[in-house]
Amino acid sequence: MSEISVFGEGLKKNYGNTEALRGVSFSVNKGEIFGFIGPDGSGKTTLFRILTTLLLPNSGHAAIDGLDIVKDYRQLREILGYMPGKFSLYHDLTVEENLKFFAGIFKADINQNYHLISDIYDQIAPFSKRRAGKLSGGMKQKLALSCALIHQPRVLILDEPTTGVDAVSRREFWEMLIRLKKLEITILVATPYMDEAILCDRVALMQEGKIMTTDTPERIIESYPLRLFKIKSDRPLQLLKSVRQMQGVKNAEMFGEYIHASTNNEIIGIDEISGFLSKNLNFSFKIEEARPGIEDCFIYFMQKNK
Amino acid sequence: MKRFVIKEFLHIFRDVRSMIILFGMPLIQVLLFGYAITNEIKDARISVIDHSMDYASQAVTKRLYASGYFLEGEHIGSTQQIEESFRKGENKMVVVIGQDFARKLESGNHPAIHLIADASDPNTANLLVSYASGIITAYSREIFLPENIPVIVPESRMLYNPDLRGVYMFVPGIITILLMLVSAMMTSIAIAREKELGTMEVLLVSPLKPLHIVAGKVLPYVLLSFINATAILLLSYFVFGVPVHGNLLLLLGESLLFILLALSLGIFISTVSNNQQTALMLSMFALMLPTILLSGFVFPIENMPDILQWISLAMPPRWFITIIKSIMIKGSGIEFIWKETLILVVMTMIFILASVKKFKIRLE
Amino acid sequence: MINENSKNYVIEVEGLVKKFGSFVANDNLSFFVEKGEIFGFLGANGAGKTTTIKILCGLLQPTSGKIRVAGCDVYTQTEAIKRQIGYMSQRFSLYEDLTINENFRFYGGIYGMNKAAIREKAEMMLEQLQLSDFKNSLISTLPLGIKQKLSFSIAIMHSPQIVFLDEPTGGVDPITRRQFWEMIYETAASGITVFATTHYMDEAEYCDRISIMVDGRIEAMDTPQNLKNQYQAIDMNEVFLKLARKAM
Repeated sequence: MSEISVFGEGLKKNYGNTEALRGVSFSVNKGEIFGFIGPDGSGKTTLFRILTTLLLPNSGHAAIDGLDIVKDYRQLREILGYMPGKFSLYHDLTVEENLKFFAGIFKADINQNYHLISDIYDQIAPFSKRRAGKLSGGMKQKLALSCALIHQPRVLILDEPTTGVDAVSRREFWEMLIRLKKLEITILVATPYMDEAILCDRVALMQEGKIMTTDTPERIIESYPLRLFKIKSDRPLQLLKSVRQMQGVKNAEMFGEYIHASTNNEIIGIDEISGFLSKNLNFSFKIEEARPGIEDCFIYFMQKNK
Repeated sequence: MKRFVIKEFLHIFRDVRSMIILFGMPLIQVLLFGYAITNEIKDARISVIDHSMDYASQAVTKRLYASGYFLEGEHIGSTQQIEESFRKGENKMVVVIGQDFARKLESGNHPAIHLIADASDPNTANLLVSYASGIITAYSREIFLPENIPVIVPESRMLYNPDLRGVYMFVPGIITILLMLVSAMMTSIAIAREKELGTMEVLLVSPLKPLHIVAGKVLPYVLLSFINATAILLLSYFVFGVPVHGNLLLLLGESLLFILLALSLGIFISTVSNNQQTALMLSMFALMLPTILLSGFVFPIENMPDILQWISLAMPPRWFITIIKSIMIKGSGIEFIWKETLILVVMTMIFILASVKKFKIRLE
Repeated sequence: MINENSKNYVIEVEGLVKKFGSFVANDNLSFFVEKGEIFGFLGANGAGKTTTIKILCGLLQPTSGKIRVAGCDVYTQTEAIKRQIGYMSQRFSLYEDLTINENFRFYGGIYGMNKAAIREKAEMMLEQLQLSDFKNSLISTLPLGIKQKLSFSIAIMHSPQIVFLDEPTGGVDPITRRQFWEMIYETAASGITVFATTHYMDEAEYCDRISIMVDGRIEAMDTPQNLKNQYQAIDMNEVFLKLARKAM
């Protein structure tokens, strides 16, 4: 059994009458990349602010490397690396000045710790004299990660590091995170992008202040309890409406060029669905059994909880 | 800590707006106030109605025009025309010299001389009358000393600032306003900006103690405000000839105390504002307006309704203005202003305590 | 004339160039968008998408090129263009401190709709969104997903010819995102052209056609299926990565 690095138990947080977290429990192993996957408003940022000692939970408790997030906040702040939602950089300082400043406040030696960030920082080093405000989204993201890493934190907490960044930068960012694993830093990452789930070792799917499920992405997909079919035609909207009318179809949603239809009824298979659709539609379509993705699972859990 | 201060200086020097507020404003304010006030007195138009037309009355007239404060306005033949000339704005003051001026003067009788000023602008009128009285008094002393002949006009000596020069009054006020503005407003905005950018989150989630963050933010402004205060003093000395009669070190020391007070106020404001706009608005209303209106800088405290006088007791600028006026103009030493200084010290400690207590180690 | 075997084009762009000083933000773009089409306008950050959208909305003058939006010239008829388009982005949204109805009235008023028309349209749209009971609720009390659907409704309330959507579904849950795209499909079916940007590559597949912009130029433009075939990719994400990486 691997060593637990971060755990939370029954964490609740209210803002006035709004319940941002409604009892969240989880545990993260040392050296793991653990993803909190959920849309805006699912409580990811609140949870991260509690873990980074910025907010106090209304109830429940949490600890990182044995340090309590309320009592031991001072020691905890020495070992955390944190990248808040908006890349928190000083836009009027240059790339280099930002790095020096953040190293300075953690009393970290840049030369000594450069190996931690060399992989990332080398890519932006040519622009070291440029003001951070003038960098592209991808470069800001790399600089912010360098700044969060320079003091060799034991736990890295990244709040939506890939939001608003294009697909190429997102991919590169994840490649960097995965390479960081060799440093044995525990990484907690929050993201609204479902497709990033498969890049994590384990994920927690979050919705409305709750964790719906926690597991490895593979096992979450394996445990999808419904049969899933993908159907395709030139007229997706009519197809969708028609599929939804069929008895026994639990849910139907657009997935790119396909429509994903799920059934929890063993009797309903390809033949039954195509039979129904052929009767109701006057255009052709293609149907096959499909393997679910994380997004299918997320939708399943959302509906189960309703 | 060092890096923090360096970073703060970089922020200030790279932001054109900060630089203008820090260094442009003091310069412009001092020059603006200085020239606005001095020009008004220099160019006042007056007219003399001389019923004597003897050597003494003519000498007085000549003295008045030669003083540099007055210009010869539209000539007036009789006292009936005075009001009309004020209404038209042709004259600000009329000097009426009675009959037998020289004779009465020699014989020791009180010669009649009236100063009639347009008091629709009372401050100016007051100044004009005082200037003119001063000049006339000086003249009479000159000719009739050492025999100790009675003076022409009732003596109303203005202590410490015999010419009632406006510049003397405004320099302490300006220093106070600018120190308040630069110190309190700039620090509160600087801290609020970190919150707005989200960098405050990162700073909080670091081993930095709140005191470090506050000190790192504040130190550059202590230095800059101090430079500012010195610059204003130098400027007023060389451009307007405002003297510093008292101990310069004492003056600088008191300024430093006031800077600390203003800074702690600024930090206090920043703890209750989450963005730069709120910080700016709060500084404007909570600091600037009381500083200008209730400190005795613009309106004399004695003329205020009781309730405002009471409120003004709680205004730090009120005490600071009193202190620097005493030092600069009266040349007072600490023995005369220890009470005011003590009040400022206590206020500073209260604000520092309050802001350190209020400064959040978390986001809420 | 721009296109003689004239289909019903509502966006006609030919040789669009936009320079900022020596920097070329848009380098000779040409594309045509049909009435009722869902056109996906993709590209990496800083590729020049925002500049193009601003030009098409009449907010920015192009350096050169022949550009017509809703039949109006972008150089001279910007005011006419603005009446013919709707715009929605993640950032520009509704007034949080006004109610749903007040937002409808305000935006309807901007476009010169009369009271009766606004009321009728608002009632119809709220009915579709199943929000009729909430018409007097403050926007700030609504969940994000509903806000986004509402601001889309408001963007098309004045029946524009084209609606521009700038990353409309950022941070929204997967079900709401799909409901949003269903709204887009219905809008397009009613004849309104949809011009959308997104960072979700799977959403690109919902578009009839997409263009991918790299460094100020359109590197690829076709239906999602054709692009996947052409680049031998399993999904749009792979197409996008192949194109964008090629440029580096």
